[in-house]
Amino acid sequence: MTPDLLAARRLIRRGLGLTVVGLLAAAGVYVLALLYTPMEVRQGLAQKIFYVHAPAAWGALVAFAVVGLISILFLWLHDERLDLLAASSAEVGIAFSLVMLTTGPIWGKTVWGTWWTWDARLTLTLFLFFLFVGYLALRAAVQDRGERARFSAVVGIMGLVLVPFIHLSVYLFRTLHPQPVLLKPSAPSMPPEMLRALLSGMGAFTLLYVGFLTLRYGLARLDNLREGAGDAG
Amino acid sequence: MADFLRLAGAIAAKDIRLELRSRTALLSAIVFSALVLVVFNFARDPTALAAIDLAPSVLWVTFAFGAVIALNRAFYVERENAALDGILLAPVPRSALYVGKLLANLAFVGVVEAVALPLFVLFFNVGLGHALGGILAVTALATLGFVAVGTIFSAMVVRTRFAELMLPVLLLPFMVPPLIGAVQVTAKLLAGRPLSEMLGWLRLLTLFDVVFVTLCILVFPAVVDE
Amino acid sequence: MLAVAGPNGAGKTTLLRLLAGLMRPSAGEVMVRGRRLSRDDPGARRSIGLLSHHTFLYDDLTPAENLHFTAKLYGVPDPVAAARIALEEVGLAGRADTPVRHLSRGLLQRAAIARALLHQPDILLLDEPFTGLDAPAADRFRALLASQLARGRALILVSHHLAEAWELATHVAVLAGGRWALEGARPSDLTAFHVRYAELVNG
Repeated sequence: MTPDLLAARRLIRRGLGLTVVGLLAAAGVYVLALLYTPMEVRQGLAQKIFYVHAPAAWGALVAFAVVGLISILFLWLHDERLDLLAASSAEVGIAFSLVMLTTGPIWGKTVWGTWWTWDARLTLTLFLFFLFVGYLALRAAVQDRGERARFSAVVGIMGLVLVPFIHLSVYLFRTLHPQPVLLKPSAPSMPPEMLRALLSGMGAFTLLYVGFLTLRYGLARLDNLREGAGDAG
Repeated sequence: MADFLRLAGAIAAKDIRLELRSRTALLSAIVFSALVLVVFNFARDPTALAAIDLAPSVLWVTFAFGAVIALNRAFYVERENAALDGILLAPVPRSALYVGKLLANLAFVGVVEAVALPLFVLFFNVGLGHALGGILAVTALATLGFVAVGTIFSAMVVRTRFAELMLPVLLLPFMVPPLIGAVQVTAKLLAGRPLSEMLGWLRLLTLFDVVFVTLCILVFPAVVDE
Repeated sequence: MLAVAGPNGAGKTTLLRLLAGLMRPSAGEVMVRGRRLSRDDPGARRSIGLLSHHTFLYDDLTPAENLHFTAKLYGVPDPVAAARIALEEVGLAGRADTPVRHLSRGLLQRAAIARALLHQPDILLLDEPFTGLDAPAADRFRALLASQLARGRALILVSHHLAEAWELATHVAVLAGGRWALEGARPSDLTAFHVRYAELVNG
């Protein structure tokens, strides 16, 4: 057994472990949210989706930042494993953004009667989703491994730099077209129980992200070894 | 520095000469833009919305799509006979190659826009008058932004199987900030609003251009060098 | 002249691409005349020319325009004159203004040679240059190589047919499975070398 194979398997085991813990933590958050948070006056039970919805957005953002930062490291160090890590983060990130983009409209429709609003969080997550799609589509379209890694890194870095501009554009746009007061997802002044649930949610999802990432990365390393063995010689 | 500009200029000049020789990409982009304008005309209800309300959006969507069509050309020509390798063999700094391609692309997209703008005025009966200077300025500013990003992406997608599809998928998210800024400024210009109302957007556009042109110059070598 | 022989897939083209600076080595450096051949030092590229299956020419431009562009890329003084002289040397002066698209294969090869030599490189890399040449064309090409050697140019020729350039080579090397297997002065006996080569490649 080569050290690489051992490392890959260890990563998968750790990843599985972290994921299980993360899922348990997430389940714990749901319990916390359902039983221990106050009912929001206007929105009722449906508001509690927020405790999934906001952390998922957070997870997507973390995943995206990781892709960008690892891409910079890759262009500097040229270690193929960094490329695998970035790609794994993109896959986890796209999953999280899909969770956010589906729970968001469900919440919106139940509570405010509209499926979609162009508020800052939804818009940013939508952009992250499209950037993830572009990143993964490009990876699928490029055959040569070296090229694929370099191109992905470039797209990752450029995407990272784009995010502040999206944020700025949405901010400038909204100051022109103020949204109705209803659509204010989270006021800073939240009762402590809600804040606690929210932060726990974010913690659980971060754990889940790390778990998924480690697992996916381990699998990617394994795949990479098999591919390498396949085309050597 | 002088060498750098000389090389970038030589590459841009070669691209322009090549395109003038074959003309296919440029003509396609121009015709496409004209068609987009025609479609927009039939896609709206003239009784419900005045042309002037939609005008900035129509103009900029047309410019954006015309640009994407024109951008595919840039590295496509380098595929024949491995011409790109010929350039990479030579003592040409990769950033000079990027700037040369950027200049050529700006020229092509500029031509497409120069044809689309009068057509737009014609089809939609929108008087530009006093706003013309401002519109030309904001067009230059926004176009630089998306052509800068488009040039580097076209270098990447040219070897993939579905290049014409991949480029818009990658590029469109990056075109949104310049587009928003351009549409807002154009709308204000057409409405005769004072400059102070546009400053925020103009700053955004300028910042976008500076940041992304610099970034593209920095990462371009990773795209072309193995 | 160094002749590098090896079976298909041994890495001959990769070797040339590394030497030409088109690929970055995963370990180590390529040194040309004491200068590092890397992106940081474009000047080292001036010493190298490459002749490969691809002509690096633009089909819609004429040979004159193509070489004019190449001359500008290499910073050759008076690019227009340099292009014209290079074309005359390969006998293409007459067709200098026909788009490359319309040239025959033989003329294309001449244009490619003119392009490779335009900037007077000290070292010329050749990737399987005898492929597709009939006997008279191969003879003409050998004469060209001989004249380049006489001018003091170093040649590195990669091929899987040793006989083609045997007489001209001063050194030989064998590349098998991505590794140097043999390197030294060119022996006088080709047949014996063939035996040795077969051993190295199949062993």
